Amino acid sequence: MKISATWLREFVDLNVDNRRLADDLTSIGAGVEAILGQGDAAIFDVEITTNRPDEMNHYGLAREAAAIHDRRLRTIEPDLPKAARAAPIPIEIQEPDLCPRFTARALSDVRIEPSPARIADRLTLLDQRPISNAVDATNYVLWEMGKPTHVFDLDLLEGGKLVIRRARPGEILKTLDGIERTLTNDDLVVADARKPVGLAGVMGGFDTMITAKTRNILIESAWWDPITIRKASKRHGLHTDASHRFERGADFESTVVSTNRVAQLILASGGGKLVGDVVDAIAKRIDQAPVALHISEVRRALGEEPGISEILRILRSLGFEVAPETNDASEWTVEIPSWRLDVEREIDLIEEIARLYGYDRFPNTLPAYSGAVIELPDAKKEATVRSRLLALGYDETVSLSFASPEDGARFSPGLGIEIANPLSEEASVMRTSMVPGMLNMLTYNLNRGNDDVRLFEIGNVYEFLADRPLESKRGSFGATGNVLAPGVYQPARPYSFFDMKGDIETLLEVFDYPSVAFDAHAADYYHPLRRARALLHGATVAQFGQIHPDIAARRKLRQDVFLGELYLDQLYRHALRQPGYQALPRYPAVKRDFSFTFADAVRFQEIETAVGALGIKELRTLVPLEIFRSGTVPAGKYSLLLRATFQSQERTLREYEVADWSAEIIRRLEELGGSLRS
Amino acid sequence: MGPYRLHMKTKTAPYAATKLSDYTPGALDDAVTMLLCAVDSEAAALEDESEWKAFRDRWMARKNGILTQINDLWLKPAPRDAKREVGQRVNEMRSRVEDTVEQAAERCRQSASQAHLASDWIDISLPGIRRPLGAEHPVIKTMNEIVSIFRNLGYSVEEGPEIETDYYNFESLNFPPNHPARDTQDTLFIGQQDSKPLRDRLLLRTHTSPVQIRTMEKLKPPIRIVIPGKVYRKDPPDASHSPMFHQIEGLAVDYHIKFGDLKGTLDHFIKALLGSTVKTRFRPSFFPFTEPSAEMMVSCFICGGSGWRAADPCRPCKQSGWIEILGCGMVDPNVFEFVKQNGYDPAQVTGFAFGMGVDRLALLKYGVDDIQLFFQGDVRFLKQFG
Ligand SMILES: [Zn+2]
Repeated sequence: MKISATWLREFVDLNVDNRRLADDLTSIGAGVEAILGQGDAAIFDVEITTNRPDEMNHYGLAREAAAIHDRRLRTIEPDLPKAARAAPIPIEIQEPDLCPRFTARALSDVRIEPSPARIADRLTLLDQRPISNAVDATNYVLWEMGKPTHVFDLDLLEGGKLVIRRARPGEILKTLDGIERTLTNDDLVVADARKPVGLAGVMGGFDTMITAKTRNILIESAWWDPITIRKASKRHGLHTDASHRFERGADFESTVVSTNRVAQLILASGGGKLVGDVVDAIAKRIDQAPVALHISEVRRALGEEPGISEILRILRSLGFEVAPETNDASEWTVEIPSWRLDVEREIDLIEEIARLYGYDRFPNTLPAYSGAVIELPDAKKEATVRSRLLALGYDETVSLSFASPEDGARFSPGLGIEIANPLSEEASVMRTSMVPGMLNMLTYNLNRGNDDVRLFEIGNVYEFLADRPLESKRGSFGATGNVLAPGVYQPARPYSFFDMKGDIETLLEVFDYPSVAFDAHAADYYHPLRRARALLHGATVAQFGQIHPDIAARRKLRQDVFLGELYLDQLYRHALRQPGYQALPRYPAVKRDFSFTFADAVRFQEIETAVGALGIKELRTLVPLEIFRSGTVPAGKYSLLLRATFQSQERTLREYEVADWSAEIIRRLEELGGSLRS
Repeated sequence: MGPYRLHMKTKTAPYAATKLSDYTPGALDDAVTMLLCAVDSEAAALEDESEWKAFRDRWMARKNGILTQINDLWLKPAPRDAKREVGQRVNEMRSRVEDTVEQAAERCRQSASQAHLASDWIDISLPGIRRPLGAEHPVIKTMNEIVSIFRNLGYSVEEGPEIETDYYNFESLNFPPNHPARDTQDTLFIGQQDSKPLRDRLLLRTHTSPVQIRTMEKLKPPIRIVIPGKVYRKDPPDASHSPMFHQIEGLAVDYHIKFGDLKGTLDHFIKALLGSTVKTRFRPSFFPFTEPSAEMMVSCFICGGSGWRAADPCRPCKQSGWIEILGCGMVDPNVFEFVKQNGYDPAQVTGFAFGMGVDRLALLKYGVDDIQLFFQGDVRFLKQFG
């Protein structure tokens, strides 16, 4: 909000320069973000919090400045000529709860013309466009004392009276901005005997506005129910300077003075006469109950500062009336000024005290604490998973939690959660899978020439379960390009399915489980022959593989892309593995190599299971060393070099024992259809 | 080594022992000097172990070695009166030759292993083989740093749902329905909620503050918690806005907490995060769920508070020397009213709460100029934080 320093200083004598004044206002909560311009044109750009409509004008900020510097604030008392006698304009308030007060007065024989330079220049300085002396007078008063007012062409008001009523459903009002608005029964209007002439507290009517032809004027200054104004403003998409103030709460006692101030400004610039007295219709008083202030409560919130006389000085300087006068009471009754609708409770007064005393004057202390520190159940697991993924060479990423409806449906069977007011169609559902986000990030990299990429993300996916939103913890990781870059030491080695499988194995190792099983039942967006899932105790904890070539083609991915998903919520059901000590072997290991030919249909898992079933407890590992196809190996078969390592914890193995075991292994593998090569 | 060796090999004819014609001390001196010179220069020319063996045999072989010859040629024919003198000289000479041969052996062995090492030569100026490590995301890293500072102060970590109800996101935080304060939170709403009562309608939480109430419903006072997490606003993406970002919320409720405790805790925190030289300032602000409310500013850690970076105005602090870091305040008694049943009687307990945008802190801390970089997964960006 723009505030002219010179205008503000009209209401209070301050012997500080503008920079200091800006700092002072900032320190009590009216943050001056910048000082623009010099001298009389100096403008403060002030950020005023939504709870302080009373500060959203020059007089209100002058009041704060006067309180800071303990100066007297001048009152606004418009000096008006004697009015010609006339019958008061009848004002009929049909909704006293929504319009507790409506003040008006009439002027006759006014010349509508441009405002005098002093008024026009001030408005221009605040980026307000001068329109005419009558309209500018209301605008001037708005920026001067924060009270929205309105002026009608009195001759266009039919029936000689004003009615404040609910609109009739379907009633039409053309507002000042030229737009015809269809009203509902929830809208409150100012109407003449026939028609609505203003949307209450939001905007006046087009048909009764001041024009060059206007001679007689009616000035309105009312107090409206904030919620009614806010709803109307939202309903009609019409946020105005008036609605902004009314919905935050205007000063109930300012309706007469603002009416008179507008009248004074119009008379000064456009001549004319006052016709009749001010009409002040009060349908209902706004009750601002006095608040009790206990010194014990001040101390409980703020500590030992400030002292009592300072507390009382601060409150009085802001316009609060405090009784009794004495400093040695333990409780005071505080009357709240009409412009401070935000102050209703003792804590509100305590905030005023702290604010004016100066937050920075309170000593910094650290409180003692005797409560417990509680760990989140999965915090350590997540930290372990994360650090292992980092160690495996995946960069950590964060992607937005939104997805497009197509991606939502393509990558998950779950029931997506729609956003009612999304920023875009591509971000209109909550993600049901981490895959689209990961794919997008990999694509983003490939499109920018980043060929070697490994990423992971830990986050939530969202779906409805019955009617309730369910957020589940997931991990995703993706890779493309080379694991090893080509160089003088080695040729390039592209990332493969088995890199991902190995990384998953390494990752799962941090958890405590007897065994992990892999099978090929993974989602259909993976390559049908290069996909797998990992199961612990029959529960899927991961699925991964190469992305389906169709999807890769549709996304124009120019190299193989691998994706993995971790069902962290499932995985976190397992405890972290506690490392345990095992005695180091004291006897040497014996290695035996076997070269076999198998039909392609025999998979390594079967070989491993078959050998495992022999129950040779001295068999430590069985590792596939080499696989050959083609060459001397007939089509449909492959040659496999296996290395078995035997070791005992109790003794050195005898040659004949190893020979016996080897023979068992060979026999078992021959039963599987393998044939031993030489 | 080459030219030196050539030089040695093309030297004068090899030493040969001859009879002495003269046994005067002067003549003896000359003969001894000549022999010792010869053995030294031959030893110096040796290159490997086989050469050394020949050298050793030439001088020390029992049969016909030069030392044996000297015995026969010098000592045996010596006149009686010179015999003692010659014998002594020959003995000294023998031990000198033996030492020389021994030292030559040592040197030959060393040069042999050196020759072998030479074949192990590598160009150590070639680049090392790097194993790629993953890089932490700057926002998560910053978030973890912040959480760990508060953990050290005795705060527990809490979490809560990102899809919240109006009740937890607004109502119980003292944002009444139709209150203008709701306008400051551009909310993304979940679809098809109109049939529910307002308080049950779902939305994407606009702050991590709802977890304050959720935690106070669950745990009795005193409590100290921090709440890291994702939050959402209907902000179109640009260099400084993202519809999703990260917040850390903090809440301390106890029987003795005062305004100074809020200031002291946050002052301590920001010094732990940014270094002990930063200064803090607190300014009045407004949040519906705290009162008094404040904003904490820190002296600009980009320009050191001067407002200038060399000749350029400091943009992060708009030349003011101060940066707004977080919002905070004493818990509003109205908030406690919502959890009064669980021991949070506003007449008994006080507390403070604070909340900060982690992404913005990370932007400032690392000098990143576009928040979108945090959410694109560009490895050229991510690798900078490895
Ligand atoms: Zn700076």
